[in-house]
Amino acid sequence: MTESRHLLEIQHLKTYFTTFEGVARAVDDVSFHLDRGEVLGVVGESGCGKSVTAQSIMRLIPEPPGKIVGGHIWFDGMDLTTLQPSAMRRIRGDRIAMIFQEPMTSLNPVYTIGDQIAEMFQLHRGMGRREAWRHAVAMLEKVQIPAPHKRASEYPHQLSGGMRQRAMIAMALACDPEILIADEPTTALDVTVQAQILDLMLQLKEDFQTAVMMITHDLGVIAEIAQRVVVMYAGKVVEQAATLPLFEDPKHPYTRGLLRSIPKLGERSKKGRLRLEEIPGMVPGLLDLPPGCRFEPRCPHSMAVCREREPELQDLGSGRLVRCFLYGT
Amino acid sequence: MTTYILRRLIQGVVVLLAVSMICFIIFRYLGDPVLTMAGKYATQQEIEEVRRAFGLDQPTHVQYGRFIWNALHGNFGKSYVSRVPALGLILERFPATFELAFTAMLIALTLGVGLGVLVSLNPSSWPSRLVMAGSLGGISIPTFLTGVLLIMIFGVYMGILPPFGRGETVQIGFWRTGLLTADGLKHLVLPATTLAMYQLAVLLRLTRAGMREVLAEEYIKTAWAKGLPPGKVIVKHALRNVLIPVVTMAGLQFGELIAFSIVTETIFQWPGMGNLLLQSIYETDQPVIVTYIMLAAFLIITINMVVDILYAVLNPKIRYD
Ligand SMILES: Nc1ncnc2c1ncn2[C@@H]1O[C@H](COP(=O)(O)OP(=O)(O)OP(=O)(O)O)[C@@H](O)[C@H]1O
Ligand code: SF4
Ligand SMILES: [Mg+2]
Repeated sequence: MTESRHLLEIQHLKTYFTTFEGVARAVDDVSFHLDRGEVLGVVGESGCGKSVTAQSIMRLIPEPPGKIVGGHIWFDGMDLTTLQPSAMRRIRGDRIAMIFQEPMTSLNPVYTIGDQIAEMFQLHRGMGRREAWRHAVAMLEKVQIPAPHKRASEYPHQLSGGMRQRAMIAMALACDPEILIADEPTTALDVTVQAQILDLMLQLKEDFQTAVMMITHDLGVIAEIAQRVVVMYAGKVVEQAATLPLFEDPKHPYTRGLLRSIPKLGERSKKGRLRLEEIPGMVPGLLDLPPGCRFEPRCPHSMAVCREREPELQDLGSGRLVRCFLYGT
Repeated sequence: MTTYILRRLIQGVVVLLAVSMICFIIFRYLGDPVLTMAGKYATQQEIEEVRRAFGLDQPTHVQYGRFIWNALHGNFGKSYVSRVPALGLILERFPATFELAFTAMLIALTLGVGLGVLVSLNPSSWPSRLVMAGSLGGISIPTFLTGVLLIMIFGVYMGILPPFGRGETVQIGFWRTGLLTADGLKHLVLPATTLAMYQLAVLLRLTRAGMREVLAEEYIKTAWAKGLPPGKVIVKHALRNVLIPVVTMAGLQFGELIAFSIVTETIFQWPGMGNLLLQSIYETDQPVIVTYIMLAAFLIITINMVVDILYAVLNPKIRYD
């Protein structure tokens, strides 16, 4: 495999989990890339391997039971899958940062917000306590937390969910990373707060020139901020396209199902999240996948060939990829 | 915070009063102290004289009032046996017990927390399984058995550690210490290990359980994602959260170690308070027994209070309670 001209390029990534019941192929031959300054959306139902993909990039897969068993993750001429742990630590947080779904539990309850952000500057920039603290307060100001001086010395439980997620964003962006991986950053928040956080992320992405990988099951979020979309199903990429063409003309039957399940484009459901459960049938268990196309049991266009073998990812031109027999072999 | 401390103080005083009431009842009604003091063959007149001399002829509430009043002045009466103030007698033994308990706590805390963390990191490796099995032993094997086994192995069979007594000591002011001489330290090893065994096992299991829970928390993922080295993630971010219950437990145990090291002190003939208590029980020396109970209650309540306040400081969430 060769080095990549993209900021981040994932090639044939395979991350498996070995459990008592068998081997779960959580991420199975996934390839996509991320370019400088762009927002890439990654969508799919619960359990399709979005978080595992993100954790593989950060090399945060719990091992055991998990393991990256194949593929490459190219970043700045390095293959992250084979990088030494110490070299990986210099990248984590500094050049590739990540924020998680649960703002309630992703901050350490026994340290102040300021301390937790300052730790980034101490770790990656070698700053002293004082200077790091000053920078931490400045970051809180950038994520539009009112009275940042006062907030910096408060503990996580004293902040609302939205505030905490802002603090998490401040922490992630502290060292001006080239890539920000956001794993469902707004799912746990109220609708209005969700919108504010998304606006903030978009604005900060411009200010910091950061490429964002936005993981979500909310197509509304994708419509709002992503330029390109990767659709995942049961550990595989099933479709990849620019956002607008994808919404206007979805190719893969699964993507069509996803889009049909949104009441009106861009408008989020009452609870502020779209569960995509409107597609009939269940996501197959990763341990007993169908032999052919993984979507076959739920697919309205299922053909004989679909049950026999797995479709390959087809290049339909202009950056559009689809994994389905409806579009040739 | 101030009201919190004040409330804890008042609670402490109430508990102490309750203990004093029980002590007084023991003192007054369990066995007739007059008979003990005057001796079996005393005449009726001698008995009456002793009764009056110790104020035991007064009405109950007057006696209780005086008991409290005296206790507040550090006066718990004289030992029936040695005829010296009971408090002095006990305090003289205090350094020996304190040093024993302190060393035991140190062993239990460092080994308990250290091993607990190591075990939590590799739960399925065979050294971890061995440690966990050992900790079950530490909890279930009674102290006297541990003590006797240690004496047999290290004291008698191998003959490398002294099996009884406190060894050479040095007097510093009112405090007689065995920590400053090699001989004193040698004598400390076996009894301190024996006393530590149970607490060590408890702290180890507590630390392990806490660590396993905390290591699965989302904020530990955040800490890894920051790029922190493993040591920082484990100690600064995980252990710091686990220490809150562990320190609380250790503090509570410390009071108990001081107050109830009786078995260990007896096995190793350690000249501490526990040994004195046992001796006093044999001799029905009630002033010493009562003083011991009051002192133990006072120590435990004080330590609990300090621990509670420490807990409030360590845990930001209850700071404004
Ligand atoms: N620690 C683990 N142990 C065993 N299996 C795991 C573990 N983590 C993930 N998996 C497997 O990987 C699959 C994909 O999980 P992943 O968290 O990536 O889903 P996701 O797409 O992020 O879903 P969600 O939308 O619910 O976050 C799971 O269905 C599970 O089988
Ligand atoms: S390959 Fe067949 S079963 Fe799979 S999505 Fe396409 S049409 Fe449906
Ligand atoms: Mg996920």
